[in-house]
Amino acid sequence: MKTSECDIVVVGVGGQGVILISNIIGKAAMKAGYPARGAETHGMAQRGGSVISHIRLGCEFGPLVPPGGADILLALEPAEALRYGHYLSRDGVALVNTRQVLPTTVTTGQSIYPPLEEILAPLQKICSSVKTLNATKLAAAAGNLQTMNVVMLGALSRYIPLNEELILKALSESIPAKFLEVDKRAFALGKGEVE
Amino acid sequence: MKEYLLGNAAIARGILEAGAGVVTGYPGTPASEIVESVAPFAKKYDIHVEWSVNEKVAVEVAIGASWTGTRAVAVMKHVGLNVAADPFMTLAYTGVRAGLVVIAADDPFCHSSQNEQDSRRYAQFACIPCLDPADPQEARDMCIYAFELSEKLELPVLLRPTTRVSHARADVEVGQIEEERSNPEFVKNPARWVMLPVHARPRHTELLKKQDRIKTAFADAPWNRLVLRGDLGIIASGISGLYAEEAIKQLEIDISILRIGTFPPPDELCSEFLRHVTKVMVIEELEPVLEEYVERLARAQNPDLEIIGKRSGHIPREGELDSLTVRNAIAEMFDLQVEEVLSLKEAEELLPPRPPALCPGCSHRATYYAMRKAFGKDAIFPSDIGCYTLAVPMGTIDTCLCMGASITVASGIRFGGEERDICCSIGDSTFLHAGLTGLLNAAYNKARITVAILDNSTTAMTGHQPHPGTGFTVSGEKTKAVSIGALAKALGADFVETVDPYDVDATIEAFKRAKEFQGLSVVIAKQTCVTNARRAGVRRRPFTVNDENCDGCRKCVMFGCPAIEFDGESARINSLCSGCGVCAQICTRDAIEVVE
Repeated sequence: MKTSECDIVVVGVGGQGVILISNIIGKAAMKAGYPARGAETHGMAQRGGSVISHIRLGCEFGPLVPPGGADILLALEPAEALRYGHYLSRDGVALVNTRQVLPTTVTTGQSIYPPLEEILAPLQKICSSVKTLNATKLAAAAGNLQTMNVVMLGALSRYIPLNEELILKALSESIPAKFLEVDKRAFALGKGEVE
Repeated sequence: MKEYLLGNAAIARGILEAGAGVVTGYPGTPASEIVESVAPFAKKYDIHVEWSVNEKVAVEVAIGASWTGTRAVAVMKHVGLNVAADPFMTLAYTGVRAGLVVIAADDPFCHSSQNEQDSRRYAQFACIPCLDPADPQEARDMCIYAFELSEKLELPVLLRPTTRVSHARADVEVGQIEEERSNPEFVKNPARWVMLPVHARPRHTELLKKQDRIKTAFADAPWNRLVLRGDLGIIASGISGLYAEEAIKQLEIDISILRIGTFPPPDELCSEFLRHVTKVMVIEELEPVLEEYVERLARAQNPDLEIIGKRSGHIPREGELDSLTVRNAIAEMFDLQVEEVLSLKEAEELLPPRPPALCPGCSHRATYYAMRKAFGKDAIFPSDIGCYTLAVPMGTIDTCLCMGASITVASGIRFGGEERDICCSIGDSTFLHAGLTGLLNAAYNKARITVAILDNSTTAMTGHQPHPGTGFTVSGEKTKAVSIGALAKALGADFVETVDPYDVDATIEAFKRAKEFQGLSVVIAKQTCVTNARRAGVRRRPFTVNDENCDGCRKCVMFGCPAIEFDGESARINSLCSGCGVCAQICTRDAIEVVE
């Protein structure tokens, strides 16, 4: 028997705004009358490390999405998409920002960052669909690079059982008013990209 | 009214609704947001909220408040309770007046900790009641209940959330914030508050007598829930109960379940359950606290009962549980198919590791660079708990044990017979928390070591909390700013120099002088945390690489700043540059220039 309406895993690099996105989805879920559960990364790992946030819509159990159980993997960075790819379910969808962020292990020459195709190929084998977008470029077009996470939220909005109005309302409650216009533009660009 | 709350914010809400008048704590993941979420309400509801200097101080301040008739709470991470263990243990003897709750947040899997000890053991050790919440709602509800229970039993109560409760979010039903305060007064009573041996002995007897009253109080507590179905059973504590419930729904199996939220567990309810089942699996994170209890109780209630769990190898004793691990353990019990955890071997083969790293422009990196230059790679570098522990790849972190152990371990390495140079490092907040005594000890016992105090004017790792050196309280009020340099001198260090680590040459020279000093030397590397500086509006011009001068020597790249990349031929500086200018000083080709 199903124990969650929709399980989402949001991944990226500390500082990219993973937690903000998960909070907006959770708040929007509440507005829709769904019970929601989330789990976040705080503390040490936030310092430029790999981060993961879990959100479960219509769920009243534990906050962690089980491996192999995510309906959606929202990746703000391509290598992180693959790192957490095992969370995807067979019917799951991966939404991946194609703009890489190099870890210091790569900038200092200890490791090599693989080409995008090699990152996406294993993901394409294990889930129903992998959608890619250059969310960082779209954020720049929206007027602020920092809105990359909101671009990805816009893309995600097409795949979750929450209406757009509620997501935008939760967004406006979660950010300073002065950023709302540029964030709305970013949201629309992200949504348009996966239509 | 429902709110979508972080577990720690839900606990803070419980503290407010319970009418606590004194809230103390020291920052530590996963507990930090509890005190921070109460602080904004301090003025409105007349609550004394403080970042205490350390957890021992936090518990003692809370004790004083409780003995004065004001509800109080002390908040910390699990290892903080080690620091506070001294007052905590004897507090069980004296007992409390107004409700006193100690919150110790456990961190199974060591997400952001040096160990994964189980605080339920501390409650057992002290003979006090402990509550183990499963989710943010229960954490808020239990917090309010804990104050009432504490007053009823005149005992402190331990609330023990875990990372997946403290840093979970959920829709939480909240109530009214209590504004009434009782009339506080400290009533003298030496037999209660003065733990001379002559008083302590009868208080120990009293504490033992209270054990039955704890059991009575928990007999019908709403945190223990029994559902009797088939003759196989699960008994699970805290969040493990939620994982088990999910597995039962997924697997659609006929199984009895008893969820436990209190320690000690309720004898009668547990006995009823153990008599009903023929086989039981005990599911809990970390230590087999519940399992040992079940084994003991079963001897009297159902000697033939088959008990599986940690001892049998079905449930791990280390790390954290999740719904899949629990689901598979239960499936195995029913001979149902176990779900393989899909592993992506490509991920392991292809991906570069992405460990957490010091921020671009972090002054700690500059300090360690200078330290390494002055002391060389052969010196010994004991370190401590904070962001700076992330500098392991720089070769300047040789030890990290617990808060304050840098200076003391360094002293011990010297006294143990090591002849090479020793330079230890400790952050400002950690120094004030547990480094003072170590420095005093080093001075008193003539340790010939260098102590680097990495002063970025904040408790950065846990989310930039103020401390006594910053001049601000938890509520942002101005207060006395304690001078770390004056403290170091007062504690007996004869060599104390303060440098700006962004000035590389000056810092190297200071470390060289400290190294040559025959005695205890202290170098304070003072520069505002780069994240705080940015938030305060400090904007420095970024730097760029002049390709004509760059010969690809990679000196700047090896510095390890995330803003510096290497394209195969020359270095590049990316958009993360904060303009600290340290790489420009490291470059021997004058190839790094400020962007005009």
